[in-house]
Amino acid sequence: MTDWRHILQRVDAYRWELPASYKAGMRVPARIYADEALLAILLEEQAIEQAANVATLPGIVWRSLAMPDIHWGYGFPIGGVAAMRVEDGVVSPGGVGFDINCGTRLIATSLAERDVAPRIMDLVNQLFRDVPAGLGGTGTLVLSDPELDAVMMRGAAWMVERGYGWPQDLDATESGGCLAGADPAAVSTRARQRGAAQLGTLGAGNHFLEVQVVDTVYDPAVAARFGISAPGQVVVFFHCGSRGFGHQVCQDYLDVMEVAAARYDIELPDRQLACAPIRSDEGRRYLAAMAAAANFAWANRQYIAYWVRRSFEHVFHRTAEEMGMHLVYDVAHNIAKIERHRFEGADIDVCVHRKGATRAFPAGHPDVPERYRDIGQPVLVPGDMARYSFLAVGQPRAMEETWGSTCHGAGRIRSRHEAKRLLKGVDVARRLADSGIVVRCHNRAALAEEASEAYKDVANVVDVLERAGISRNVAKMRPLGVIKG
Amino acid sequence: MPRPHFEIVEHTADAGIIAHGSTLAETFAHAAEGMYALMVDLDGVREAATREIQASGADLERLLTNWLLELLFVTETEGLVFRRFDVEVEGTSLRAVAHGEPLDAERHELGGMVKGVTRHMMEVVPEDGGYRARILFDL
Repeated sequence: MTDWRHILQRVDAYRWELPASYKAGMRVPARIYADEALLAILLEEQAIEQAANVATLPGIVWRSLAMPDIHWGYGFPIGGVAAMRVEDGVVSPGGVGFDINCGTRLIATSLAERDVAPRIMDLVNQLFRDVPAGLGGTGTLVLSDPELDAVMMRGAAWMVERGYGWPQDLDATESGGCLAGADPAAVSTRARQRGAAQLGTLGAGNHFLEVQVVDTVYDPAVAARFGISAPGQVVVFFHCGSRGFGHQVCQDYLDVMEVAAARYDIELPDRQLACAPIRSDEGRRYLAAMAAAANFAWANRQYIAYWVRRSFEHVFHRTAEEMGMHLVYDVAHNIAKIERHRFEGADIDVCVHRKGATRAFPAGHPDVPERYRDIGQPVLVPGDMARYSFLAVGQPRAMEETWGSTCHGAGRIRSRHEAKRLLKGVDVARRLADSGIVVRCHNRAALAEEASEAYKDVANVVDVLERAGISRNVAKMRPLGVIKG
Repeated sequence: MPRPHFEIVEHTADAGIIAHGSTLAETFAHAAEGMYALMVDLDGVREAATREIQASGADLERLLTNWLLELLFVTETEGLVFRRFDVEVEGTSLRAVAHGEPLDAERHELGGMVKGVTRHMMEVVPEDGGYRARILFDL
C-alpha cells in the first residue's frame, strides 16, 4: 500500500498537497481538503491515486482537487473537482458520473415541528405515494417525443410553465434550472426510452426525500435570508438526478470517448477517464447531451417539488403558499460546466468538472440569484438518514482555490455489503423509529446500506470546509421522516 | 470443489462481480446472474417470463458490457428481473434467452439498482481452462 503520509505535503491543518512529481504524467499537483482525522480515513483507499490520475488530463489548470468527502469512484474520485481550459483541455463523462446532474433541493415551510410531528406518519405515507421511488419506479407523467425534446431544452422552466411549480422556483435553482447548449439530437433513442416514464421519480440507492426539522442555526442573519427562521422549523430536503436518461447518456459517451481518446492520442492511466478535447466534435456532442440530461434532472426535481407541495396540501388542508413552501435552493453535484474564472490575474474559460462536489459561489458573483447575491449561494449538504444535513453558503476563498466548489455530502466509508454485514440482525427501520424518525422504503433490507455506519459524519466534512474558508455553515437540520427507494 | 458462478467485489461506493465459467458463454451467463444478484435475491425470482437478447461488441469486454446493458434496458423499461440465462457466444456476438419475471416489490427482496456498467478494472481473461470476467457497476 502506498505510504501517503510520506508523500503528501501539509499546507495547513486542512490542506494537503500531492506534488506533480508523485507520478509520471501529472500536469499539476493534487490538493486534498481534510483534517488529520478525515485524512486517516482517506489514506485507506485509492481515492488519492485517482486524484493523481485526474491531474494527468490535458488542459487541467491549478490543481486536481479533492473534497473531504472524497471516496473511490470509477476513474475520477467521487468528491473531486477539476477545471480544464476550454482552449486545449478535455471533457470527460467520468468526471461527471452516471447520474448527470444528480443534486439536491431544499424547500422551506412555515410549519413547526409541533404541527408536523403528530401527522408525520400520514405525511410520509402521502409523500411515498406521490413521489415514486425504488427499483423500476415510474412517474405519473409520460412524455411524448416532442415534449421530451422540450424538457431537454428547457429543464425546470418547462415544468413551471405547465403549472408544476412557482415562477420564483427558477431563480432559486442553479443555472435557473436550464443549461444552455442542450441538443436532443446528441441523445440516443435508448436514453429517451429509459427516461420517458421516469420524470417525478426518486430512484434507489442513496437517493432520498426527507422531512426535516431545523436543529441549529449558526448564522441567523443569513439563515433568515434563505427563509430559515429558527430551530423547530420544518423543511423538505431531497436528493435525486436524471435517472435512466442520464445514466444512458453517460454510458453512450463512455464508448464515444474511448474511441476519441485514442484518436486524439490522449494517454490515460485508467480507461474510465476516457475523454475528448472540449472543442472536438465528440467533446461538443457530449456537452450537448450532458446539458440535455442536466435539464431532464432539473425538470425531474421541479416535478417532485410540485408533488411535495401537493402532499403537504393534502395532509394539512392548507395551500402550499399558506404553508410558505418556497424553494430555498436547488444545486447540482454531478456536472461539467463552462465557467469564466479569475486565475493568475486573468480571466480564463474553463470546463469545471464537479463529480460529487457542489457549486459554492460567494457573495457578489453574478450567477448567484439576485435575492441572495449580497450573501452568497446556498449550499446543500446532505448527511446520512439518522443524523443531520447542512445548509451552508459559498465563501470567497472557494473562488480562489476550488473553482467555487465545496463538498456534496458525508462520503461513504463502508461498502454496501460491508454495511449490511455489520448490521446483520439489526432492524434499521426500528432503530430509526426508536429515535423518532419515521422511514418508508421499498427495500427494508437495503436500509442497512444507508445507515450511519456506512458514512462519515457529515459535520466533520462541512467543518473542515468552513475552517478552510471554502463554505460556511448556516444551519443544521435533522430528519423527522425519511423516504428511500 | 466447484467454483462459484460469481463473487461480489467490494467497492466503497459501488459494487462489482467476478464471474467464472468453463466457457465464455457460461461466464457471460454467470456475469448476468451476478448482476441481478446485486439487485434482487435470486432465490425469490421465478421463471415465468423469457426474453431473447442479442448483443455484439468490438471485443469481448465490449460484448460483456453490451450484453449486460441489454438486460438492464429490459429491466428498466419492462420491469423484468432475471435469474437464469441460456447464452451462445460466437466470436464477439451473443444470443441469449433470459428467464425471470416481473419485479414485485412486495415479494422480492431487493438490493440496489445498477445504473451503469463501468469500464473500471474490467477484464475477460482465461482462467484454469475456463474464463473469468470482472465488472464494476455504478449503483
